[in-house]
Amino acid sequence: MSRVTILSIVASAALLLYILEMVRRRKLREEYSILWLFGSVVILVLSLKKNWLDSLAHALGIVYPPSFLFLIAIFFILLILIHFSIAISKLHQMNKKMTQEIALMKEKERREG
Amino acid sequence: MNPGMEGTSPRTLVVLPAYQEERSIGGLVRSLRERFPYDVLVVNDGSTDGTADAAREAGAIVLDLPCNLGIGGAVQTAFLYASDRGYDAVVRIDGDGQHEVEDIPKVLEPILAGRADAVIGSRFLGETEYRASIPRIFGIRFFRLLVNLTTGYRVTDPTSGFFAINRALIEFYSHHYPSDYPEVDAFILMHRLKSRAVEVPVRMYDRAEGKSSITAFRAVYYMVKVTLSYLINRIRRFG
Repeated sequence: MSRVTILSIVASAALLLYILEMVRRRKLREEYSILWLFGSVVILVLSLKKNWLDSLAHALGIVYPPSFLFLIAIFFILLILIHFSIAISKLHQMNKKMTQEIALMKEKERREG
Repeated sequence: MNPGMEGTSPRTLVVLPAYQEERSIGGLVRSLRERFPYDVLVVNDGSTDGTADAAREAGAIVLDLPCNLGIGGAVQTAFLYASDRGYDAVVRIDGDGQHEVEDIPKVLEPILAGRADAVIGSRFLGETEYRASIPRIFGIRFFRLLVNLTTGYRVTDPTSGFFAINRALIEFYSHHYPSDYPEVDAFILMHRLKSRAVEVPVRMYDRAEGKSSITAFRAVYYMVKVTLSYLINRIRRFG
């Protein structure tokens, strides 16, 4: 087993455990953990099953198989970031509605005394 | 329509969004209340100074936003209020004294006469003293072209924040209003609603107090953002 393989296994296993622990302690909501969990499982499996990674990389015409691992990692990071942008937009919208509602309620309270 | 309102004269609300305008807002509200019978609403967009108190003291209704929403979110709050309180027309002018309050009846008249759904006050119609900087002129020309090509409205001042709208548009905007830089976007919304929009000449001045919300750096962002949301609004669904 090469050193990079060991590093990859240890790192993705640590990430997986860390995410699970955060969810267990309710520091990370389940809905935001799904992409992280899925991504770290995929990377862990491909690190453990080197021949799977090699044949997948070969099938896609990638000469250096570990770079396929990077590609997968980048793909998941992109997905997670888009997910964040959507989540932030939703929070922004909710925040705006609440701010408007509070202003209207304060005025109503003052008017009706 | 509120059935209890029939036969009474139309109710008009003048809306002034204000951010950090404690020094000028009171005088502006007072001059509006001395001249006109309209209700005056100041939307305090999360100011940390005495804007809300100054406006209230001068006799305005005040909507006090607990945090800064930006101009679109602030003005939309006024539309929510106007819709809820059954106003027939809303006139929106700047809270910093850039718009000539004497021109309000002129902007309102086509709405009250039922000849238009929206009236936009233009600083470029008729004789004008308004002198804009070169980047601003460029931006205005660009948006003029964009609006005129895509809607069929003949607009000279697409970024004007001096306008009046009727009940139907108040209702629509209270649900759908762009969150920042809303004026250009509003034309595509009006176009999609088949609203009748007309322009009338108005006077505008340079700012008396405070700073304009448009700095040099933001100008580029402004152009890109407005163009994007404008084009998206063309293909968006409104439920």
